Formats: sequence, C-alpha cells, structure tokens
Amino acid sequence: MIRVDERGFYGKFGGAYIPEMLHPNVEELRENYEAIMESPEFQKEFRMLLKDYVGRPTPLYLAQRLSEKYGAKIYLKREDLCHTGAHKVNNTIGQIILAKKLGKKRIIAETGAGQHGVATATVCALMGMECTVYMGELDIQRQRPNVERMKILGATVVAATSGSKTLKDATNEAMRQWINNPVDTHYIIGSVVGPHPYPEMVARFQSVISEEMKWQLQEKEGQENPDLVIACVGGGSNAAGAFYHYYNTPEVRLVAAEAAGLGVSSGKSAATTVLGTPGILHGSKTILMQTEDGQVVEPHSISAGLDYPGIGPVHAHLYDVGRAEFVAVEDEDAMKAGIELSRLEGIIPAIESAHAIHALNMIEYRKDDVIVINLSGRGDKDLETYIKWGGY
Amino acid sequence: MNRIHYLFNNKQERVLSIYFTAGFPNLEDTLPIMEAIQAGGADIIEIGIPYSDPIADGPTIQDSNKIALENGMSMKKLFEQLRGFRAKVNLPVVLMGYLNPIIQFGMEEFCQKCKEVGVDGLIVPDLPMQQYLDDYKSLFEEYGLVNTFLISPQTSEKRIREIDENTDGFIYMVSSHSITGAKSGISEEQIAYFERVKAMNLKNPRLIGFGISDSETFTTASNYSNGAIIGSAFIKKIKESKKLNQDIQGYLQSVLN
Repeated sequence: MIRVDERGFYGKFGGAYIPEMLHPNVEELRENYEAIMESPEFQKEFRMLLKDYVGRPTPLYLAQRLSEKYGAKIYLKREDLCHTGAHKVNNTIGQIILAKKLGKKRIIAETGAGQHGVATATVCALMGMECTVYMGELDIQRQRPNVERMKILGATVVAATSGSKTLKDATNEAMRQWINNPVDTHYIIGSVVGPHPYPEMVARFQSVISEEMKWQLQEKEGQENPDLVIACVGGGSNAAGAFYHYYNTPEVRLVAAEAAGLGVSSGKSAATTVLGTPGILHGSKTILMQTEDGQVVEPHSISAGLDYPGIGPVHAHLYDVGRAEFVAVEDEDAMKAGIELSRLEGIIPAIESAHAIHALNMIEYRKDDVIVINLSGRGDKDLETYIKWGGY
Repeated sequence: MNRIHYLFNNKQERVLSIYFTAGFPNLEDTLPIMEAIQAGGADIIEIGIPYSDPIADGPTIQDSNKIALENGMSMKKLFEQLRGFRAKVNLPVVLMGYLNPIIQFGMEEFCQKCKEVGVDGLIVPDLPMQQYLDDYKSLFEEYGLVNTFLISPQTSEKRIREIDENTDGFIYMVSSHSITGAKSGISEEQIAYFERVKAMNLKNPRLIGFGISDSETFTTASNYSNGAIIGSAFIKKIKESKKLNQDIQGYLQSVLN
C-alpha cells in the first residue's frame, strides 16, 4: 500500500527534519491542511478556479502519429494547456486558498526554471497577496522571460546567491526567509519535496491529473486504467499527480523519467535514483545526490525544472519498493524527443516533458498497450534552449 | 561528570559560548582557535561542522561553511584534528552539525568518536525532538553526549516544557525568529520573550543566541538568562584576522568586560 503515515513517512522516506524555528509553521500546516482541503467550502472554490481559471479538465489526447511511430496507443495528458503553461498552477491554486484560510498575508516561493514562480505570482495577483519568489542567480540569467513575467504579475524576485545559485539554493533561501517571517507568511513549495505535510499536500493538489485521466480513459477506452503512465521527475510533482490514483493499482505500470544530463557517469547529471543514496534534503528523508561525507552534489540537466539533486520522498519509496520503473534520459535524447513531438503532433513540449516522451525508447511495452504520457508543460519558455541546441 | 553539567553547577551567570566553523578561515585553524577561545575567557566552545546546505544559517555562517568545505574540511578530518585536544583545552566542547553529514558518517560511529576525543554535547538543528526521542536519545546517552534543542519566540509554552523535559544540558534560545546573523541589537519585543521564558522556571539553564555581538548585547542577554552564544560576529572577526590568537583574545575580553 503506497500512502503516507501519520509521521509523514512513505516507507523509509519522508518525515519533517526541520529546525525548531520552523516547527510552529509546519505544525500549523500539518494540523490544518486536511480539514481545510476536505471542507466543502475549499473544494468549491478550488474546483471552480481549476475549471474557470486554469482551464481544467485538460484534454486527454490520443496522439495518432506518435502512436503509429511507437506501435502503442499513446495518450497525452495535456497539462501544457493549463493557464501559465504547466501543471504547477494546480498546486499554487490549492495552496493560496489554504494560505488565505490560515489567515496569511504574504506568500514566498522558490523557483528553478521559473514555472512555479510564475504560477505562484499568478495566484498571488489573483488573490491580491504580496509575493516574493526566490530564484538562483544563475537561473535568473538563464530564464529571463519568466523573471519578467513574475515582475509583470507584481511579484518581487530575489536572487539566491549561495552555493550553485540554482533551485536547491533558492529552496534554502526560501526556507530561511520563512524562518525570518513565521507569523504572517505562507511558503508555497512547488514540488512534492520539503518537510511533511508538503509532499503529500502538493501531491493531493496535483492528483487532479490522474483523477481526470481515470474518467477520460473510461470515456475513450471503456476502462479507467491504462497499461502505463509515464512522467518526468525532478522533485516529482507532475509525476506524483499522474501516478496518485494508480499508486495502489499494481496492473498499471508507473514509469518515471529522470534527467541523466550529459550521461549518468559524466559527472553532469541529475539522475537521482542512479547516483543518489538515502539522506536528508530540504526537510525530508529521501534519495539524493551527495558525497561520501554527506555534502549535497550539484546536479546538471539541460532542463531547469529537473535540475535538482533529490526526488520527493514518495518517489524514493516508489523506487525503493519497485512500484515505479525509473529511466534516466540524457539531454540530447530529450531535445530530440521534443523536436519529434513538435513534428509529429504539432506540440512543442517543455524540455522537462520531453524526457517523458523519450522514455518510450527505453522501456518495453506491448503493441496494444494504452500508454498515458503526462505532458507537464509547454515549450514556450524553452525556445532559447531549443534555438541554441539547434538540431532541427 | 560531563563538562557542561560541571560548568553550570559552578556558574549560572554570564556564561559565554563561542561558535566557529571548523576549517575556517584555514583548514588547520581548529585547534588554535579553540585554545584562543579558552585563553580569552569564554566558557563553552561550539564547533560547527560545515555543510553544503545550512538552512538555519545566514550569509556569514553560510559563507564560512562554503570556505571550510573548499579548504577540504570533512567529518573525518575534523575528528583527526580533535584527537588529543583535551591535553590543551578543558572547556566544554559542543559540536553543531546538520543531520545529513552525521548520518552519512553513521550516527553511532559519530557518537563514539565524539566520546573518544572528548566532546561533551551536540546541537543538531534539523533533528526534531520526536525523531531524537524515537531514534537517537539512547545512543546519545550511551556515549555521554548532552543534546541541546533550540527554541524561538514562536515556540509554544507546552513545547518549551517538553524540550526542557527531554534535555539536560542547556536550552539554546534563538533570540528572534531568525536565521543566524540576521539582526543586531535587542528589541523590546525580544526582551518580553526573554522574560516570558525566564518566568517559566525551567530546570535547564538558558543561553541566548542570534544577534549577540558585543559587550552590550551580551550583558543584556545575560540579564535575562544564564548567558549567551556568539556566532556570526565571531566569524566576521576571525575572517579579517591576521593574528588569530591575539585578535580572538582581544575580542572576547571586549565582550566580557
């Protein structure tokens, strides 16, 4: 049975390893999030915004030409069509309503590529709340358009200048700022990482993805279950959402595509389950890339959203018990898959999602299998990377 | 008797604890800094084990962690440096480190090494109380290590009582809801918090940390507790120092007088 226990553990992974200064904030959230999320009032507002503002349900699209090429029945779950361009907004909508119910006045968030930052700035504008987004100095340079989008939306973007100046450091900085502003501030974590209850809470907000997949497949295939679900994993929020309602349906194969970067043995990789070992990162026990001495190793991926040295604790557990299959997709292959999808289906995917497309080449499946690939985001933000790469 | 217990049995006022990061500013400075802290008149030495992702620390200590790691500091190296330090230093010594490097080293081996070299206590900021009680308390006790918890102005009275119940060294009072080195000076709001905790009559002594940098802040903090901890301000001093021994002693005397 895949589910979180009272202490926030999925098997051996999870928990809340946080400084005492964060205890009151995290405890307040832990004590209240379920009751708030399950209240009819919350559900009404959440569902209404997902429908009218985000544009849900997102289509489940049978990709004909992709299916022909790979010899299976391949559906794309079109999270790329969500407002702001990716699945991230499902979670920020949920958390901002929660923050309001908790009486918070300010929102902070971390961001890597800027997608979660934009999704957070968007809902803050929607709710009229003050928003500060922490972003690695290097990512600010790499993802200029998203920085400007956040500013247009009224958010303040603060550079994280420590360490590798990327997502990991932005997360550290957001946690520090939460310690400094514990009373009126809510921290919207963008993935299924962090101390309990974040991983489960974020997964539940994202679980709308697999909830829709089930009834959409019922309509199209006359069955709720596909044979396989494929999703990319950085921290793993889109994968958690796409897997959630299938965790305990063993006949559905779950495939997680990690970023191998320049190759798992190149020293420039983010393939956490291949290169990582159990330890603690950002408040939870999980699998992370680290030295023998327990120092966190800097990851690499061409896709900023997968450029993270750990995975969410639920994914560490799915890996540990063999519930999900993990593949590691190299930068080059992901880029080619992105171009392939563009040419076959007229959909330019985010480079993160392109990793999930390439996974089709790395796993075995039968000819008549029904496969759902979670297309977590669109490629607009990645145009510059596609152009620089140039292989089209 | 554990040196921390011995200290507080004999001294309840103006106890001064000094934090520094092992391997900073130079890899081999650990022992010389410890000796200078003792000679300067402080009461407790707190040695930080450098970590790549110190989430409870501000820029000054983050920076010292980074430099220490670049200098080649590691857990193994630190224990090599600490071997035999008791011939020269008799102050209580506390190791402060984040949980991940410790569990990678191995918790039991870590505790064993601490005992072997003569460490008296531990501060593991990201080890929550419940996890400590469930997994590590018996191990700490077996090796005679006193565990220290932090409290902040947001910590509820109930939780402070629980923490007081579950430690027997001292309680580290974070003076504001803040990461290290964020603020200087002491506000009225903070004093209200110091008084509130003082009035709780806890069984453990209390040291106030975060925001203590000079004679004035040390004295104010000591008026409401058993003493204080200086970290970031000390790191700044030694960062600029050309003559470590002299500068450390001079600084500590300026704080204590």
